[in-house]
Amino acid sequence: MTESAVAGIVLLSLKVSAVAMLFAIPAAFAVAWSLARYEFVGKSVLQALVTLPLVLPPVVTGYFLLVLFGANGPLGHLFDAVGIAFAFRWTGAALAAAVMAFPLLVRPMRLSIEALDRGLEEAAATLGAARITRFFTITLPLVLPGVIAGSVLGFAKALGEFGATITFVSNIPGETRTLSLAIYTMLQSPAGDRTMMLLIAVSACLAIGSVLLSEWLGRRVDVRRRA
Amino acid sequence: MSLDVRLNSQLGTFRIEAEFLAEAGVTALFGHSGSGKTSILKMIAGLVRPQEGRISAGEQVLFDSADGTDVPAQKRRVGMVFQDARLFPHMTVARNLTYGRWAGRRAETVDFSRICALLGIADLLNRYPATLSGGEEQRVAIGRALLADPALLLMDEPLASLDQDRKREILPYLEEVRDDTGLPIVYVSHEVDEVARLADTLVLLNEGRVLGSGDAADMFSRLDFGPALGRHEASSLLSGTVSGVDRSYGLCAIGLDGGHQLHIVSDRARTGERLRMRIKARDVALSLKPPRDVSVRNVLPAKVRDFVVEDSPFVEIVLDVAGQALRARITRHAFDNLGIHHGQDVFAMIKSVAIGQRMVSGRLATKDSER
Repeated sequence: MTESAVAGIVLLSLKVSAVAMLFAIPAAFAVAWSLARYEFVGKSVLQALVTLPLVLPPVVTGYFLLVLFGANGPLGHLFDAVGIAFAFRWTGAALAAAVMAFPLLVRPMRLSIEALDRGLEEAAATLGAARITRFFTITLPLVLPGVIAGSVLGFAKALGEFGATITFVSNIPGETRTLSLAIYTMLQSPAGDRTMMLLIAVSACLAIGSVLLSEWLGRRVDVRRRA
Repeated sequence: MSLDVRLNSQLGTFRIEAEFLAEAGVTALFGHSGSGKTSILKMIAGLVRPQEGRISAGEQVLFDSADGTDVPAQKRRVGMVFQDARLFPHMTVARNLTYGRWAGRRAETVDFSRICALLGIADLLNRYPATLSGGEEQRVAIGRALLADPALLLMDEPLASLDQDRKREILPYLEEVRDDTGLPIVYVSHEVDEVARLADTLVLLNEGRVLGSGDAADMFSRLDFGPALGRHEASSLLSGTVSGVDRSYGLCAIGLDGGHQLHIVSDRARTGERLRMRIKARDVALSLKPPRDVSVRNVLPAKVRDFVVEDSPFVEIVLDVAGQALRARITRHAFDNLGIHHGQDVFAMIKSVAIGQRMVSGRLATKDSER
């Protein structure tokens, strides 16, 4: 019983985080790219907006999500029209995780894009490479360490998200009760000691695993360059 | 094929107004740092857009502000070698070299192994750029540009970031590229040494404007450019053919074009080879009579063509040595003492030691004799 419950919770958390990252990583890259490369009206607003989930109390972020994406929220209606509901659904948990992880994704990506020597893209242009070819042969491979670092960090954050999730989509077993929420629930009840310890161990392992993975991936990219 | 450049552009507080023509061989854009040399190259390559002007390579118009033509950099077939090699760090040397082909879809007109042999980089193909020396990096960068099927080559101070030894390592390769490919090469530099060695044509730039342009040897002999070509570095370029080599003394005799002989210290020269020597004005002394019993090996009969007396201890003189120009810098005191005047017959003395190995340069080879 305990093991299958733990497995269910872990699988739900992985699903929520994976889906969150699937949408957040490309979006974060686009935002990081425009912040690093372009000057435009409202740049500082975008910059502030992206950092906001990092500094705002997670409960407040969750409240905003509830207002915007809830069943009666303006964006909630919009998504409802295309058949996507967020309120009290695991999709809402994924949205909350994506929003909370967003600043962690953008920052390393932006730094690596800014650190890239634009001269390399110029050189590629003089060698005949069109803009899209330059992006895939020069730019993307060279900013990849930053993208990987950001993604792993963001994934770990999504796995452990608590405040915004519980505010936005509540704590529904099998639907929105991810790792942190399950641990919190068990802390409240006197019965679930063993399950809770197991969940804590799993979260710790996932977190440490993510960090090690990101270090290893980063090194792999680096080693190839120095070999 | 020739490159025709006419530019008029404001870059921040800086204005570029330049016009020049580059034919096959090396055209050097020479000027101090900040004279707009690199900006002009970037405009030719299509990396910076000029406000006004026209750039054409042979029949093809690359840029024309009059009708809005602006061919993007990737379609210009302009090979560029940057000061900081700009090799792609995540690719092997081989992938770097062939980038123009697999990423730029450029035609495979140039033989890969021939370029590797020409530049001595065949052993580096599996290495990554981070493991190369500065000189090797720059050679790979030159190879990469050549393999992208360029119609012309731009070089932006390719030696500036290298130390003296590395420079000496690369210069012969640059000469090979010049003589082997027959491409028009625009070479940007602020080093008189490099320009003297490589350039066929010289475009002198100052603060974005062309002070003058023409045959390199003629340009070097002109007195009116004064500081632009460097006071201390003022020199002349003499061309000749190696007529004999004396291995026991380590000397070789050069028959100058138009007559007379010059001895230089060299153990590399081969008989029949064409050479261009750079002789610094301060290494040339004058005598009114043929000097006897002196250690100076080179005494050339010459005629005073021109001179400039300035408000300084020195006088700049241009001599005619059988049709070639030779510059001399002597003290004003000596000038007055000898009573130098236009058309005067004198003897120019040049110590063989002063025409060192580094000054001996440039196989002018067949191209020069065709001209």
